[in-house]
Amino acid sequence: MIEANLKVYRYDPQTAQEPHYDTYEVKELPDFATVLDALIKVREDIDGTLAMRCSCRSAVCGSCAFRVNGHAKLGCKTKVSTLAPDGEEICVEPMGNMKVIKDLVTEMDIFWDKLKQVKPWIETVGEPPEREYQVPAAKMVELQQPMNCIMCGACVSDCTVLEEDSKFLAPAALAKAYRVVGDPRHGKTKEWLTDLSEEGGIWDCTRCLECVEVCPKDVAPMDQIIKLREQAIEEGLTDNIGAKHVLHFTESVAHTGVLDERMLPIKAAGWGWAVKNAGIAIKATLKGKIKPLLPGSHPSVTEVQDVRRIHEELEEGKRK
Amino acid sequence: MIEYDVLVIGGGLAGMSAALHAGEVGASVAMVSKVYPTRSHSAAAQGGINAALGIEDSWEVHAYETVKGSDFLGDQDAIEILCRDGIQDVFALEHWGVIFDRNEEGNIHMRGFGGTDKSRTCHVGDMTGQTILHVMYERLLRMNVKSYDEWFVTTLLMEEGACCGAVAMDITSGKLEVFKAKAVIICTGGCGRVYEPSTNGLIVTGDGLSLAYRVGALLMDMEMVQYHPTTLPANGFLITEGARGEGAYLLNSEGERFMQEERYGATTLEEKASRDVVSRAETIEIQEGRGIDGCVLLDCRHIKDRILEAFHQISELAIDYAGVDITQDPLPIRPGMHYMMGGIKTDIDGRCYRHNGDGSEPLPGLYSAGEAACVSAHGANRLGGNSLLDCVTFGRKAGVHAAEYASSINSPNISEAVIEVEEQKIVDLFARSTNERAPALRLEMGEIMHTFTGVFREEAGLLEAERRIHAVRERYPEVSVHDKGRVFNTDLLAVLELDFMFDCAETIIASALARKESRGAHTRTDYPERDDENWLKHVAVYHTPDGPAVTYLPVTITKWQPEARQY
Repeated sequence: MIEANLKVYRYDPQTAQEPHYDTYEVKELPDFATVLDALIKVREDIDGTLAMRCSCRSAVCGSCAFRVNGHAKLGCKTKVSTLAPDGEEICVEPMGNMKVIKDLVTEMDIFWDKLKQVKPWIETVGEPPEREYQVPAAKMVELQQPMNCIMCGACVSDCTVLEEDSKFLAPAALAKAYRVVGDPRHGKTKEWLTDLSEEGGIWDCTRCLECVEVCPKDVAPMDQIIKLREQAIEEGLTDNIGAKHVLHFTESVAHTGVLDERMLPIKAAGWGWAVKNAGIAIKATLKGKIKPLLPGSHPSVTEVQDVRRIHEELEEGKRK
Repeated sequence: MIEYDVLVIGGGLAGMSAALHAGEVGASVAMVSKVYPTRSHSAAAQGGINAALGIEDSWEVHAYETVKGSDFLGDQDAIEILCRDGIQDVFALEHWGVIFDRNEEGNIHMRGFGGTDKSRTCHVGDMTGQTILHVMYERLLRMNVKSYDEWFVTTLLMEEGACCGAVAMDITSGKLEVFKAKAVIICTGGCGRVYEPSTNGLIVTGDGLSLAYRVGALLMDMEMVQYHPTTLPANGFLITEGARGEGAYLLNSEGERFMQEERYGATTLEEKASRDVVSRAETIEIQEGRGIDGCVLLDCRHIKDRILEAFHQISELAIDYAGVDITQDPLPIRPGMHYMMGGIKTDIDGRCYRHNGDGSEPLPGLYSAGEAACVSAHGANRLGGNSLLDCVTFGRKAGVHAAEYASSINSPNISEAVIEVEEQKIVDLFARSTNERAPALRLEMGEIMHTFTGVFREEAGLLEAERRIHAVRERYPEVSVHDKGRVFNTDLLAVLELDFMFDCAETIIASALARKESRGAHTRTDYPERDDENWLKHVAVYHTPDGPAVTYLPVTITKWQPEARQY
């Protein structure tokens, strides 16, 4: 038997303006008890006013994502003994990036709205076959990773881009988008990728890795976003800052063996942007922070032939 | 007042299937669910969905094995539909985007499951339910079906003998609303939480069974409660039958594969026999002293590669809750309450029935599908892989029929005043200052049910269960609500759900007392034999002020006459 010392975020809009924290000593928990088990015991035996969502207790329904010690976790997949081997206090708060309804219950509308925005269904083209579509076994297995998402919202809670930009589609919806775009039965790949390349879409992820870190089902949303980017470029959807950034990066390295950072923003955002921001560039040049943009100011590295050869081989590999 | 042609209560697989198809037929349709639909318990189904797609298989073989699995209590007209028409439903799921595992040719891969030596269980790793549920949900989004998420239905509404809607509470605000509908389809799943332990999620509280029962619907086969052979002792979690389907062994404390013993009647299929057969054998082994701390062992060591390939979920569960790496060591497991074969009696179109004279008649406007319903495709014991199929196929049929029925009748007449009755109930609950708590009463109920209405039953124990459940229910008026607010009050929901669960417990006991024979999941130690002469019939119960009253309904037999059941 173990104990859990919980510090739980409490907020009741009907009686209080501000949230507060309550602490609970939960005794006589089984050794394998999870944070959710401890919270259920609070609700059942100590304080019936605590509101939270939960159902399956085995990480398939996706109800019980909370912030535990500052990071989004599934309550039912987080063991008390791992988190607090010596009875340390465990802080449980509602998910971030969402409005709190009561205690640990957040408004999930933002999650479902974004999901709807990516059109999370496949559109087949033509009459379906009489039986199943024949598709490669490996492809279906690959799609299990994004399909494994239980829509708990943990990645949306801790997404650092969404914190700054409410338009960002956020990791869960984008991972789901790959589940659709990556499906060989889906007939409208380019249409979907075009929408996903808009502002708030695949190019707005800063690759901070937070979603990969917090996902309780190893969906690795960021990896799915990267796959979408690769596919978008393959489809020729390169008329946006994100894709141009990637293309110039590659081009610059392949050509000279080293990235020309001065040209990166110009190539990505365009000359119009460069003219508008010329003042900053001139100041930086005068202060010696960047080298002036003159012919020959970005020489190739000595082993550039090797870099080009590696690049060629990689491109060749991709074509295969 | 909110108005639709068809109101679907429950947002799991059956509910979604019903809503989708009612919508496709052209009805205005809404789905009401007490959770976000993807939270529904269908998500927990690991192993798969059956369809006889193989060249060495046929729907007739599937149907026969389902009939045999049901211990000949299943209604064969329903079973034929399930196994024949279900094939197209599985293809439809595939066309909608379910990422079924494939074989080398790129066709759907099927695995072995219980009660058959064929491989006919289509699957997505061991997350089949979750995948189908999500794909179906995405389909609903595509069709723009209105879904009232986190709404709790407190009562059904009746007008001139027909069901015409429901009162539901928006859990977020606590406000009640009247839903007027020409047809209502109950797809609220089973009642696992009536038992402790159970593989079921905390939301599986039999709401729909009780809602229908209270407006006069017959509940059928309620004595048929399935104990799954492989659940974790720590918390009752499920370990998929797919593991045995792909060759895992069951061992007793002597290291013997006891399923090979003559006396368990499964010398051919061994570990892959029907769930009732395996759960009984395990219980006997444990009772006779060849268990280990109340468990037997599931041995997956020799199928390590398949486990690593296609059983991620159960590998994780075993490590998390039993500390066992199943590729290295055998896993202690035991039978645990898993599924309700019984439910709201329906016909093959999902229509519900009520008691009338000596028989039954349709209850207009009320439909049901999925685990909440009893079309009796599973009879006395369900085959693994048949429940997802049941949800999809009979959800579809109920949706289509309800939509057609709705187009044939006028809008019902109900007054907004019905809300006041429901509102008063809640106000009264808030006013209680007594000391009983819903979770404590539920736990008592669950343990009583597990003790006396589990794998083995007998008259004295069932009467004891009846007496004890009655005594626990008598304390219900003393149950108080600590949370007096209206916003997201889960404390209040627990009290309302508990009331529903008592109905389920009582009807299970009454039905188990009535059936004086052993058949499928219902094993009476005082009546150990199957008795086709007297008991090849359904036990059905209906609500009276004095508790459940029992009546009997015939079993539909089309092709397959009862025979001795050997695996």
